Amino acid sequence: MTPILSIQQLTAGIEDREILKGIDLVVNPGEVHAIMGPNGSGKSTLASVLAGREDYAVSGGSVTFMGKDLLDMSPEERAREGMFLAFQYPIEIPGVSTANFLKTAVSELRKHRGLDPLEPAQFLALMREKMKLVEMDSSFLNRSLNQGFSGGEKKRNEIFQMAMLEPTLSVLDETDSGLDIDALRIVAGGVNALRSSNNATVVITHYQRLLDYIVPDVVHVLWNGRIVRSGDASLALELEKRGYDWIKNEASVEA
Amino acid sequence: MNSEQSILDDVVGSEYKYGFTTDIEQELLPKGLSEDVVRFISAKKEEPEWMLEWRLKAFRHWQSMKEPTWPNVSYPKIDFQDIIYWAAPKKKEGLASLDEVDPELLATFAKLGIPLEEQKMLAGVAVDVVLDSVSVKTTFQDKLKELGIIFCPISEALRDHPELVRQYIGTVVPPSDNFYSALNSAVFSDGSFVYIPKGVRCPIELSTYFRINARNTGQFERTLIIADEGSYVSYLEGCTAPQRDENQLHAAVVELVAHTRAEIKYSTVQNWFPGDKQGNGGIYNFVTKRGICEGAHSKISWTQVETGSAITWKYPSVVLKGDYSIGEFYSVAVTNNMQQADTGTKMLHVGKHTRSRIVSKGISAGTSQNSYRGLVKVLKVSEGARNFSQCDSLLIGDACGAHTFPYLEIANASATVEHEATTSKIGEDILFYCNQRGIDTEAAVALIVNGYAREVLNQLPMEFAVEAQKLLAISLEGSVG
Ligand SMILES: Nc1ncnc2c1ncn2[C@@H]1O[C@H](COP(=O)(O)OP(=O)(O)O)[C@@H](O)[C@H]1O
Ligand SMILES: [Mg+2]
Repeated sequence: MTPILSIQQLTAGIEDREILKGIDLVVNPGEVHAIMGPNGSGKSTLASVLAGREDYAVSGGSVTFMGKDLLDMSPEERAREGMFLAFQYPIEIPGVSTANFLKTAVSELRKHRGLDPLEPAQFLALMREKMKLVEMDSSFLNRSLNQGFSGGEKKRNEIFQMAMLEPTLSVLDETDSGLDIDALRIVAGGVNALRSSNNATVVITHYQRLLDYIVPDVVHVLWNGRIVRSGDASLALELEKRGYDWIKNEASVEA
Repeated sequence: MNSEQSILDDVVGSEYKYGFTTDIEQELLPKGLSEDVVRFISAKKEEPEWMLEWRLKAFRHWQSMKEPTWPNVSYPKIDFQDIIYWAAPKKKEGLASLDEVDPELLATFAKLGIPLEEQKMLAGVAVDVVLDSVSVKTTFQDKLKELGIIFCPISEALRDHPELVRQYIGTVVPPSDNFYSALNSAVFSDGSFVYIPKGVRCPIELSTYFRINARNTGQFERTLIIADEGSYVSYLEGCTAPQRDENQLHAAVVELVAHTRAEIKYSTVQNWFPGDKQGNGGIYNFVTKRGICEGAHSKISWTQVETGSAITWKYPSVVLKGDYSIGEFYSVAVTNNMQQADTGTKMLHVGKHTRSRIVSKGISAGTSQNSYRGLVKVLKVSEGARNFSQCDSLLIGDACGAHTFPYLEIANASATVEHEATTSKIGEDILFYCNQRGIDTEAAVALIVNGYAREVLNQLPMEFAVEAQKLLAISLEGSVG
């Protein structure tokens, strides 16, 4: 079985500072991986590097996505190949409605696959269907993307977009932070509904809470730019109970 | 979607698209300006004596005036003696049909996509093409004539309807109004004249395509539009110009008169050569546009999409004289690379319960400078005036500038004036977010800019809105990343 994502000895950083110090990670079809770790350990950096953010320079290692060299692709190519990032801090785009934004994104994706744009009626029907997944009101469609949305609405909008784009690999960066319990359940419900044997999800979080709803196959702990421990769902529960310090200590001893 | 798609296609790899010159034999006057030149122009056009006197008076006044220095733009000093004030395509006698038009000219029109051809006429566009100084072809005359509408070159109107021209010319923009209006009044070459009779609704968009074509030729258009009581007209001015090295001066005057319950909608899509990336060449656009709502319940609405010119200095204005009259100004002004624009509007409230609305959307990219300058003035006699102004700036990148200079002069306490302003920026974060959704940077800019300009584009007639949208994308090409 070809993995969806295969990261080997990835190092990356900004200017003179290395943030990721050798990441190894293999994600297979149908799997959900959770990446946990204290603030500042490099989780968002990893997500950004995968999505192709130029602020970060890759200094070593390789990333293969669906058998292709991911690091060789532009951010938009990665997206069109099926890589999706739900942003920790979704940005606002004044003057561009959510519907128009998605129409453009979906058309680009279809063009990449040699398909014509959807007819307006089909597209509308698709949006309606996917909005239900995250219980988003259709009034959001005509509003400027994320503008004036609450924190929770922005996060739901990320999952809505993910549903529209049907990515092969979704990386969710702290999609749970700032959500109340109802919103959390809705977001998790959306993610679970989109799971299939052909795609995979990487959930970045530092609370175990989300993992009650999105049950991971593998849990990794990222600390100081390295994955210092991997295990099954029970690792998350252990972290919840004991905090991160014991892992930091073990990692320091090993290093 | 299709239209957006074709915009994106157009965006890919096109420098200034209309950069070519035609090779028509030109009749040129030597460089320089004097009373003799003014006389020559007037004689050439076989104008009545009063018109010559009017021009000469303007010329003498101009000689006593100085170029304005208050706009937020800078450029090398213009030598007004180094400009050719008269150029005309050599014309064959009486062009009865399109077949008789110089094939070179027709080829130029085809390249520009000017709707002279059958299909476009069927699309409901009557075109009065101005190539340099002489109007070449006017269409749809017969249909308009039936309704009593006059739509012709102003030189022709001077011949056929001298009393109408004499009654209105210079009443909205007096020759002495400013340096450039005085210059224009002295040497204006041609332009459009429109008269809509009482109660007539002009059934088609009246459209003029201007094109600057002769090397070193200053272009001085003069447009006069009169909407008589209860009439309606929508007029569109669109411009493209060939690429050249030397700066070209353009100083047009547009006057609009709306009588009781009449409405004039004046739309401009301006795409003159803006100069290259280093700031060489490009058109200097110093234009005076003003309308007067003469009668009660009349309405004048200016819509402009400005993407071209090296320097734009332009303030379409409305004098709200009639009670309950309405003035509107909708503008998108784009500057890229080294372009400079100082544009805005003036709304002068004179009549009672007059209303004005200003929606200005500036877009700056590259190292360009984009200024909005607006004046809302409410006279003491104007009871219950209302104004709403919205001035937005969009910055693309870090090296450009946006400036707003909104002036208010309110002499009547019953006035209601609202002003809103926003500044936003298309920064790395937004672009990366779009990229991450599969939208490349060029498409992202087009998407955002079109969204931003939507309120103004919506004011344009449908097919021109599509054109304008393309222009926005083209003019911002390569502005990021
Ligand atoms: N663009 C950046 N500029 C400077 N420092 C950064 C940048 N991005 C991340 N860092 C630093 O790298 C470390 C990891 O950050 P981040 O990946 O955001 O961690 P996490 O998401 O795990 O909280 C932190 O010390 C952070 O300050
Ligand atoms: Mg983070």
